[in-house]
This record gives sequence, structure tokens and C-alpha cells, in this order.
Amino acid sequence: MTDDITGGGREGPGSQWYDNEAGPLVRPYAMTGGRTRPGPTGARLDLIALVTLAADAPDADDGALGPEHRTLIALCATETQSVAELAADADLPVGVVRVLLGDLVELGCVSVSRPVPPAQLPDERILREVIDGLRAL
Amino acid sequence: MVSEKSDATDGDTTALALKILVAGGFGVGKTTLVGAVSEIRPLRTEETLSEAGRLVDDTDGVDRKVTTTVAMDFGRITIRSGLSLYLFGTPGQDRFWFLWDELAQGALGAVVLADTRRLADCFPAVDYFEHRHIPFVVAVNCFTGARRHDAPSVLRALDLDPGTPVVLCDARDRDSGKEVLIRLVEYAGRMHTARLLDSVR
Repeated sequence: MTDDITGGGREGPGSQWYDNEAGPLVRPYAMTGGRTRPGPTGARLDLIALVTLAADAPDADDGALGPEHRTLIALCATETQSVAELAADADLPVGVVRVLLGDLVELGCVSVSRPVPPAQLPDERILREVIDGLRAL
Repeated sequence: MVSEKSDATDGDTTALALKILVAGGFGVGKTTLVGAVSEIRPLRTEETLSEAGRLVDDTDGVDRKVTTTVAMDFGRITIRSGLSLYLFGTPGQDRFWFLWDELAQGALGAVVLADTRRLADCFPAVDYFEHRHIPFVVAVNCFTGARRHDAPSVLRALDLDPGTPVVLCDARDRDSGKEVLIRLVEYAGRMHTARLLDSVR
């Protein structure tokens, strides 16, 4: 009981010895449980791999998901996002995002498209479309 | 490299993202160019790159695997729903060029920004893309006060392959940036077609 009272007393001014400028207080790979590489399904995700929320995604309240997983899901919910955009918007290093996305792919929450491999660059029709699109901007 | 296509669903086959790299020396205007043409405010992200151990100063007994964090600014241009162009520029970290294989993988092409006052700064980028046969254009950022050089003299000074496009541009100007990208995509298309022809010959 006395613990509760002293606990409440800590809220006083000056107890917040750090502020936003201190930077993140959780080290990046703590969010991934120390994993620096995504699982097999997350393999190597390109920066422009597109991440789409799966239509039949399991409940996001799943206990297996951390807050950062949920952040990524929320970001994908509005529109399809590239890995680079997710990293920037979630303010997480790309390496961390890759691991988290690997988890989400395995759980069936999101699907990821692979970028075009260099050997099979988009056909001429698409390049034409890109050029016309740029002109029209 | 493990590649797995099986997890792409039907809907994804229509969505296509293309990657263009913006390279060049320090302070040449890479981020400016990305910002001028991007429809979103340029975002910054950090990529941790590894595998460079061999090239780094030899320190005996130290783990050879070295990782470097490279900051990148990137922007996006949506051509239509399901087709977007992503631009990636590294703010001034040309000495990490040798780490870029992962980033260059699958790139449609690259813009090498050059400043005629410091032309040598873009040599590493030019070398890099030439060696990897990645189509690139050289965009000469015409800073106010910089001596004007015409495109052919830049082409000669950089000893580029004759077909390589050299464009004069203003990295701050959206239309100018668009023109650079158009030239690049046209060139990438030509290179690609030529390669296909070579392969059937």
C-alpha cells in the first residue's frame, strides 16, 4: 500500500529527466527481440517492395504483435506502402522494419510484392507510360 | 539471395514500383532534385549495409563484417494507381558507394548529378554505374555563377560512352527535374531493348 503512495509521488516536476531530444529510449533491435534478420518469408525486402494489408488479416489484437507491428499495420491500412515509406513514417530503421514485416507476412497480416528483377525490366509499354506520366505532371 | 514470389497475392501483380537512384558528389543537389520532383515531402530513412569488411581498413582480430548506416532521402511520383516511381538520393555519402549494390539492385536507372566546378566528385558514381551496366544520365546542375559548359564537353571530360545522355538542369526546378527523369527512362528503355537484341543475336 505504501508503495502505491510513493509511486504517485514520483510525478513531480523534474522527474522527467529526459526529453524528446534524448532520442529513442528503446534500442532499435529491442523491438525485434534482438533479431536482425527477418524470418524466411520476410527474406530480403527491397526498399520499394510494396506492402499491402491482407484482406483476411487475422485480428490485430493478436498477442504476438508488438506496438511497432501495430504501427506498421495502421500505416498499411490507408494505402499500399513501400518498405522505405513505412520505415520513414514509423520512424524506424529499415532493418528493423524488415524484421517486423517478416513477422507480419508469416502471420498473414500483410503481403509483399517483389520489385521487378533487373533482368526483366518493365516492358516498353510501361516505360512509355512512365514517360507520358512524367510529361503530364 | 533467397527470393520468394509465392507470398505475392493476385492484387500485387498489378502494383509496380520502379526505383531510380540519384547519385553524385557531396552538396551537388541530390536531395534538392528529389524534393523538386517528388509529390511527397522527401522522407529520410536509414539503411544498414553490411558486407564491406574486405574493403575497410584492416584491423586484425576485428570482426570482418562491418555495417554502415547510410541515410537516404527519397521521394515518390505516382504515375497512376499501381505504378509509382521512387527516387533515392544519398546526401553526400559518395565514399560509401561501394556499399550500394543492395540499393542498386533492381533499379531502373540512375541520375548522376554533376557540378562542373567539381566534376571529379561524380567519377565514383559514373564508374559504379558503368561497371554494373545500370543505365544512367549525367545531369549537370547549373549553379548560378558556375561556368557554363555545353553537354558535349562534359561528355568528353567524363570520358563517357558516346550514347550516355548529358543534360543541363536546375535541380531546384520541377520541370527541369522532370526532363532529366524523362531522358533517363527513355535511355533505360533504349539500353534494355539493345540488350534484348544482343541476347537473341
